[in-house]
Amino acid sequence: MEKFKAFCKKAWACIKNGTGKACSAVKDFISEPPFHVVKRAQISTKKAMLIRLIAIVAALLLCSLLSAVLIGANPIKFITTLFDGAFGSTRRIWKLAKDTAVLLCISLAVTPAFRMRFWNIGAEGQTLMGALAAAAVAHYLGGKMPNGVLLLLMFVAAVIVGAVWGGIPAIFKAKWNTNETLFTLMMNYIASGIVAYFLLLWTPSGSSVLGELPHGHMPSIINDYFPLIVAVLILTVLLFVYLRYAKHGYEISVVGESENTAKYVGINVGKVIVRTMLISGAICGIAGFLIVSALDHSVSETTVGGLGFTAIMASWLAKFNPLIMIGSSLFIVFLNQGANQITTTFNIASAFPDMVVGIILFFIIGCEFFINYSLKRTEKTKKEDA
Amino acid sequence: MEKPIAFEMKGITKTFGSVVANNNVDLTVYRGEILAILGENGCGKTTLMNMIAGIYCPDAGTITIGGEVVSIRSPKDAFLHGVGMIHQHFKLVDLFTAAENITLGINDGERYDIRKVSSDVQAIADKYGFIVDPSKKIYDMSVSEKQTVEILKVLYRGADILILDEPTAVLTPQETQKLFDVLRRMREDGKSILIITHKLHEVMAISDRVAVLRRGEHIATVETKETTPEQLTEMMVGKKVSLNIDRPEPENVAERLIVKSLNLTSPDGIKILEDISFVANAGEILGIAGIAGSGQRELLETIAGLKTLDSGEIIFHRPKKNLPVSFYHKTFAQVVELAQEGKFHYEDGTLVDFSGMRHSQIRALVNAGKVLFNEDEIMDLCDKTPLQIRELGVRLSFVPEDRLGMGLVGNMDIIDNMMLRSYRRGPSMFVDRKAPSDLADRIVADLEVMTPNTHTPVRRLSGGNVQKVLVGREIAAAPTVLMAAYPVRGLDINSSYTIYRLLTEQKKRGVAVIFVGEDLDVLLELCDRILVICAGRVSGILDGRTATKEEVGLLMTKTDVDVIETEGGEC
Repeated sequence: MEKFKAFCKKAWACIKNGTGKACSAVKDFISEPPFHVVKRAQISTKKAMLIRLIAIVAALLLCSLLSAVLIGANPIKFITTLFDGAFGSTRRIWKLAKDTAVLLCISLAVTPAFRMRFWNIGAEGQTLMGALAAAAVAHYLGGKMPNGVLLLLMFVAAVIVGAVWGGIPAIFKAKWNTNETLFTLMMNYIASGIVAYFLLLWTPSGSSVLGELPHGHMPSIINDYFPLIVAVLILTVLLFVYLRYAKHGYEISVVGESENTAKYVGINVGKVIVRTMLISGAICGIAGFLIVSALDHSVSETTVGGLGFTAIMASWLAKFNPLIMIGSSLFIVFLNQGANQITTTFNIASAFPDMVVGIILFFIIGCEFFINYSLKRTEKTKKEDA
Repeated sequence: MEKPIAFEMKGITKTFGSVVANNNVDLTVYRGEILAILGENGCGKTTLMNMIAGIYCPDAGTITIGGEVVSIRSPKDAFLHGVGMIHQHFKLVDLFTAAENITLGINDGERYDIRKVSSDVQAIADKYGFIVDPSKKIYDMSVSEKQTVEILKVLYRGADILILDEPTAVLTPQETQKLFDVLRRMREDGKSILIITHKLHEVMAISDRVAVLRRGEHIATVETKETTPEQLTEMMVGKKVSLNIDRPEPENVAERLIVKSLNLTSPDGIKILEDISFVANAGEILGIAGIAGSGQRELLETIAGLKTLDSGEIIFHRPKKNLPVSFYHKTFAQVVELAQEGKFHYEDGTLVDFSGMRHSQIRALVNAGKVLFNEDEIMDLCDKTPLQIRELGVRLSFVPEDRLGMGLVGNMDIIDNMMLRSYRRGPSMFVDRKAPSDLADRIVADLEVMTPNTHTPVRRLSGGNVQKVLVGREIAAAPTVLMAAYPVRGLDINSSYTIYRLLTEQKKRGVAVIFVGEDLDVLLELCDRILVICAGRVSGILDGRTATKEEVGLLMTKTDVDVIETEGGEC
């Protein structure tokens, strides 16, 4: 016992000494850090891309290292599985393209609003309402008219309902300057409540699960996914042109950058806010229509499944540029799909792939810091003899 | 007699990205002296001072205080070494009293005793001749009182080296004199005072020595007694600059903009403008003088249609006499109606009568330019939005005080900023970037805007170049009224004189120019008439050629008896 006590004392002294030294080292480090942060004046696109590439590679390395440590997986196999899950077979590639298209469509929807600094986080609800409207048309009018007309009606209904759902918070913002973030968020819950109500109404058994709608299916060209992908790509180009070259797009940028400037040059800020949110909501409606007509042929409260929020990330990563958004959406879907493959291959809980996705996104967003700032070595201040 | 050295900077270098703010600067400051740091905007004065005050850290070089090399990494470090900085923008808690603000953030381990603080503060104030009431709340104070509190705060913490960043920008001439008296007393007490300014006459009046910086480099430090404003300017700019402003006699003066008993209340119910009346004439520069925040900005914004006024009239005389009528700003029905009222005549002087004519005939006559106005058009601009004003055909250009927050969009390039005024033109739903691009090229060339190209975001440009872009755009709209709020604020001497020249050119073209300025010397040299505004009221309109600085200064702080009673004498 005595021995143990002595040992403890010794150990404690050691630790104290050690930490003391460490502490003073840390103190030195804080009072005179060897690096300091300097804002970059400008950075070439090449260099910026290189930094992003390094970030992705570093993230993948960290992930495979973690997988080796935590689940004992072969790091190389870990990474190949990630790619295999996304590109491993024709079916997987089509699934990747389809999921990318849906995410891209909703990302496009939030983009005009975000360029205007209107933080629309209600894409989830706007898409859901669009999907509900399309499903309602198919449910009530299906079989009573040719499929083409039915699809057109579904499209129109989805666009109108989506636009209304996006327009309501915009009107409140324009008239009374309400907080759009809270407003659009709350509208999501109302939307999901409305869907639940209609599901009860449409399913006499009370099961609240709507079976496949027999009518209003998008015609299959090559396969079910192809028309959807083409439609979204066309929309991407249209939105790019609208934002870059149209007077409306210019007004959106001015309002987003500075409301005072917009007022100064005579832009009716309220009008632009409402108009832009109508467009934002309408594109959400289109997304809802595409999901119902080309993919699900049904609707439920989880039809959108959080894509309305993922879309915010895709839009942001692309710096609100619709063309770059193709890449950012693809990347996010690729990560998800690859991570799912890891779950099945390595037979682990789904939390791990989520962690992987989180780490990679953290690196990508974090590397923006190094694009805006650089670290410089501090020259030691020479102590002169006084 | 050699005074003891207070502190020394050696080889100080600081870069921001590719911009070298300070390059190898050496500076020595003695005890008991007032050193003016002089230089154009962007020459690195403030950056240099911020490094002593612990806000930035130099990339290279040493600072020696009291013979010892020190590393100042925070404002707290700076205070430990007796350095205190009074910033341009005050950092005070409005709801606290002067004494509470002064003691804020001091933790000396002693019991918090506000009465002791108050008496200490009073003692310091008495010593140097400050007038202050330690128990007065900040929100009750005038700008100059707030500045006093800032200075006392620094003194209370025992600072021996005081840095004042453009302290006189917000003061009237009289208040400036008081401040200078106090500074002189502090100098006699052995304090070192560094004063950043770009007003030459103040440098001559207050300083013992002047350090001149140019483009981040220390050019020279000279004894104030042995130099002249001309020499100093030459050192600052690097070449000889004529400090005279050309003021031609106004020609063809005519009433252009008439403002009658304008009243404006802020959303919180505070009176901002009260019974403002004046006339801005074509071919004249009307200067507006006043302490910052007396309602100048709101006045211009109201005229520009950005604020809704409570009552009053804004009448615009559109020079149309003997000029042809067009359908550009009038509908067919409006033209016919005005003709019926006998408002138009033909070239030979006979009145226009459209009765009995067919529509196509009327159109042909008007489009051929045969129909002329009898009189100038009189338009009411009250309660019109900026867009409505433009649609009426009133070419009202406005250079607002907040350039990047209102006049321009910082993140957009020069071309897109040119478009702000003109993008609506044409029926196409797409914007035309060709014409704005040409305009941008022209402005960059004519006004010598320093920029890599016209695709550079304007926020990357220096203050002077930003202002040239803005003024250039507003003048390119061929205005009939040009309003400019503090157009030379933060600009270097060269850019300032370019702006004065542009304003005078517009005046010669028959534009009614309204110029809100802060430098009284400039106002007195540039303007034909000077309107002085005090606490939202017109306290006088003077002739720019005969008025003196003292007169203007008195009017800036003129308060009627009833104003004192109701508002506690705000100025």
